[in-house]
Amino acid sequence: MDNATVTTHPHTHETAVPAEHEHVMLPQHRHHFETQEQQREAGTFGMWLFLLTEIMFFGGLFFAYLLYRNWYNPAFVAASNQLSIPLGAANTAILITSGFFMALGVWAAEVKKKNLLVIFLILTTLFGLAFLGVKYFEYKEKWELHHIPGASFDVSQFINPQAYGLKEKPLAPDMAQKTQVFFFLYFAMTGMHALHMIIGIVLLFWLTWRANRGEFSAGYVAPIENFGLYWHFVDIVWLFLFPLLYLINRHPV
Amino acid sequence: MHISPVLWQFLVKWLTHSALFPPEASTIAPYADALYFFLLLITVVGLALVCVLVFGFSIRYRKEKHPVAVPIEGSTLLEATWTIIPLALFLIVFVWGALLYFRIYNPPTNAMNIYIVGKQWMWKAEHPGGQHEINMLHVPAGRDVQLTMISQDVFHSYSIPDFRVKREVIPGRYSTVWFNATTPGTYHIFCTQYCGTNHSAMIGEVTVLSPDDYQKWTQSSTSGMSLAQNGERLFASMGCNACHSGSAAARGPNLAGVYGSKLQLTGGSQVQVNEAYLRDAILNPSQHITAGYAPIMPTYQGQISEDGLIDLVEYIKSMQTNYRVQQTLTTSESNQAAPTTPGVVKP
Amino acid sequence: MSATSSTILNLPDQATATLPKRNYINNEHGLLSWLLTGDHKRIAMMYLMSITLFFFIGGFFAGAIRLELLTPQSDLMSSDTYNKVFSMHGIVMIFLFLVPSVPATIGNFLIPIMVGAKDLAFPKINLLSWYLYWFGGLVTLGALVLGGVDTGWTFTTPLSTHYLNTHVVTAATGVFILGFSSIFTGLNFIVTIHRMRAPGMTWFRLPLFCWSNYAASILMVLGTPVLAITLVLVALERLVGIGVFDPNKGGDPLLFQHLFWFYSHPAVYIMILPGMGVISEVISTFSRKRVFGYTAVAFSSVAIALFGFFVWAHHMFIMGVSNYSALVFSLLTMLVAVPSAIKIFNWAFTLQKGSITFETPMLYAFGFMGLFTIGGLTGVFLGSLGMDIHLTETYFIVAHFHFVMVGGMLMAFLAGVHFWWPKMTGRMYPESLSKLAAVTTFIGFNLTFLPQFILGYLGMPRRYAAYPPEYQVLNVLSTAGATVLGVGYMLPLLYLAWSLKYGAIAGNNPWQATGLEWQIQSPPLTENFIEIPVVDHEAYDYEWLEHKTAHEVTTVG
Repeated sequence: MDNATVTTHPHTHETAVPAEHEHVMLPQHRHHFETQEQQREAGTFGMWLFLLTEIMFFGGLFFAYLLYRNWYNPAFVAASNQLSIPLGAANTAILITSGFFMALGVWAAEVKKKNLLVIFLILTTLFGLAFLGVKYFEYKEKWELHHIPGASFDVSQFINPQAYGLKEKPLAPDMAQKTQVFFFLYFAMTGMHALHMIIGIVLLFWLTWRANRGEFSAGYVAPIENFGLYWHFVDIVWLFLFPLLYLINRHPV
Repeated sequence: MHISPVLWQFLVKWLTHSALFPPEASTIAPYADALYFFLLLITVVGLALVCVLVFGFSIRYRKEKHPVAVPIEGSTLLEATWTIIPLALFLIVFVWGALLYFRIYNPPTNAMNIYIVGKQWMWKAEHPGGQHEINMLHVPAGRDVQLTMISQDVFHSYSIPDFRVKREVIPGRYSTVWFNATTPGTYHIFCTQYCGTNHSAMIGEVTVLSPDDYQKWTQSSTSGMSLAQNGERLFASMGCNACHSGSAAARGPNLAGVYGSKLQLTGGSQVQVNEAYLRDAILNPSQHITAGYAPIMPTYQGQISEDGLIDLVEYIKSMQTNYRVQQTLTTSESNQAAPTTPGVVKP
Repeated sequence: MSATSSTILNLPDQATATLPKRNYINNEHGLLSWLLTGDHKRIAMMYLMSITLFFFIGGFFAGAIRLELLTPQSDLMSSDTYNKVFSMHGIVMIFLFLVPSVPATIGNFLIPIMVGAKDLAFPKINLLSWYLYWFGGLVTLGALVLGGVDTGWTFTTPLSTHYLNTHVVTAATGVFILGFSSIFTGLNFIVTIHRMRAPGMTWFRLPLFCWSNYAASILMVLGTPVLAITLVLVALERLVGIGVFDPNKGGDPLLFQHLFWFYSHPAVYIMILPGMGVISEVISTFSRKRVFGYTAVAFSSVAIALFGFFVWAHHMFIMGVSNYSALVFSLLTMLVAVPSAIKIFNWAFTLQKGSITFETPMLYAFGFMGLFTIGGLTGVFLGSLGMDIHLTETYFIVAHFHFVMVGGMLMAFLAGVHFWWPKMTGRMYPESLSKLAAVTTFIGFNLTFLPQFILGYLGMPRRYAAYPPEYQVLNVLSTAGATVLGVGYMLPLLYLAWSLKYGAIAGNNPWQATGLEWQIQSPPLTENFIEIPVVDHEAYDYEWLEHKTAHEVTTVG
């Protein structure tokens, strides 16, 4: 067969390409790929596709949110105003910072600075954990107020806000019942988000350990890059969740 | 529709008697069947065409007779032909089907209304005159009949194949379908949406009676109280008359004559008051506040059955004046005013 | 093989032929070498065995259904049991057989070879996909063993959330896991086709099988996650009691329908598109010419995938969607029917001026064309709003989808299995027996499902364990057909297994086909190619093949 090829031969690593590419294969080179470039591109493409599936996954919840916010607007307003803006905003800042450190980590891997990479990965993890910590407090507060959907859900705070020292307008009883729909969506969406963060943090522990062994500071940066994509995606989901859940109809009262 | 009526009748009769085709027992059935035959025609012709092409080519060009294949790149003309012709046929079918759909799901304005409540695993039919049936439905021939349907539990679907009508029966909202039965007789009713254990047993019979026979039937099977009368009782016993008393200073809007009118709500929107609106307003009042009134109506979610809601809706539909409301109000007020003697049962 | 023989089959001299000394099957030995493999071909064969097992489980349930329906009364089993039987039939057949059938077996095996690569982009994810398939399959069977689920494969709320006490969450979990298996397969295919084509293999030189699987993979990747979240919501509603679909708590049961069908309609295209890809390959090979209108067929696949996302509410025409949305969805449904029609005609015209032979894969392909035409056109019946009112939720629907799925997809799958069997195993199957099985299947299928169209128009509802007596004759016909169909499906199981040991040695290219997979040994090497090919010819280029055959030297692996 005609072999006027520009590909590298898999067994000898020889190449006929002018030396713009690295022609020393990394130890992590997988043999079904012809070039390092191909492997890296395939990996990144795969991660983007996976993130697309995640968008569709969250999309179902966003669609339900769209429908019910339209139907039960007063209930959504009242329930949303229950959420703490300072905590939500703090979490937003925390997560953005975490994403910032992740981006720095990717840079550190590319310039082969092992110690910086490890530090940035640790910082990413710490801020991620901080986010989860704040969420824990928020959930705990909801538990205490009986705002977790299910048998123990209690709407009295919405029917009679004055009694709880709130400046909200009271809701009619049937509309007050609909706040449960809001809280369900709140827990489902932030819970699903938190689950993805937990998975991400577990992966971060693993990646940090591997980074510490020098696996990503010798030219093989794909896992860090691709994880960075995932982490930024989780960040972006939160950037949609925060205004949709926390900021409905917030006017100075 | 445009082929000879004689031929049509012959065809349909033959098909029906051969048990391969359902009888046409409603005014819309022939229209549905006409579309069906057109679709069958397209299918048969399409299939024949494909078969002729496949068999024709494979016999003509079989290897023994045509050992060397001739490469053909394609033909834009052919591609256009078999894109445009199917598309045109499908669009004809689309328009025809859409027209039929609108016909079946838009009831004529003066159709008589019967309520259907579906529950696992039976159909309750409630005639406005107070006749109640289980798994049966008696209707007069030659009149437009509308079914207003709701489920008490899961999705069901009310199907009368011989009339060519069917509609999903959904929990939480009314769905409607209408028909005009042409021929006296009995026809199947099926539940066609899987609803659990006895889905296949949720069947019944619709009995089409001549107008005279139907008249006799309504008189002999009434329970004595029409739906509206039941509704009047509920209206009083649930305390609706307290706010909707019809007086000028009443806390709730006047309901006499409200059915069928266009109502202005707080927030500026306008709604047409129909059965669905009335039912929803009882269950979710805060989203249905009439302009000029405070949002104080309590919800009755969980306190009234679908049957009760139907009774109330019928009552409000029938309400032309507030005379009866005032009467019941006086009675209940006087009931409340008089001190009770322990142990005495009130009349 | 002479010019006047009626087959193009070209086997090596059986007296001296042997399987290649080194191939992907004997490359490594031991169970672990299979269970931990990254080789797409081994994974494909493991998938083939797995889906065959689940097919016969689903088929067993089908048999039970048809036996019950011999009599009008619900006398063979209780109605609860019947409800569980048809639910499991649907769940197993759709999620454990039809969705993975062509992609995970034939697609896994062939797509890397067809694009000229050594493996899929992510071999480990491919293996993970197989394990997820088994994990999901076992959980689903677990639901069965624990007592069954009777929601129907459609999990309709509020029945599934509040009115049943069967193993809904277990079954939903099984399907959830299977969804990920599907997503990973599709993801792998997309990246492979985009990034790992050999030099010279442009998009428009790809075999149409790749185009079809590519389109199906887009649907898998974008649609399946919506099913996943829908099942999560159903499970949460059952377990925690939130009211997202419950009208008593302000929820909307119709929301479930929208979310469910948003995946489940594209799912039917996930199921049929890979089968259409097989038909393209088979018709081309047994006509000895390029598929007529290659570009049209390629773009039709992508068009079906794209339009397929916008028609989901045609499953909901009578459920209370507004008249206007019904109009839009009906119109779009008519549009999505057109690319399928285009394909049928293109395949038919591929036969023109070809040199046609009637080996078993071709018989299955002809069967596909006839049955899919009927199935597809009956879909137009259902897409037509007013007609759908009478036909929906009856046996007409059952007949329609069995025509496209069994008459269409399953026939295409069998065509593909027979066509590529010599490549995958190095052995030929016995031709007369396979022709008999194909004809038996065709006859049995028509006898089973044509009466169901009539039953549907008469009004017989689907999912009924008992029915009015006047429907019995047609039901008995249908069951008789099912028996014949069952025999037709048992035969390939038997003779294909037989052929593994006793079948004729196939050689590289028994069908004298174009396509990169036929230029390498049968069974292939683990790395597929000794050297990555450089592609300088179009797909289905029989002149190139002739030229190559005249000049080649056969090498043994």
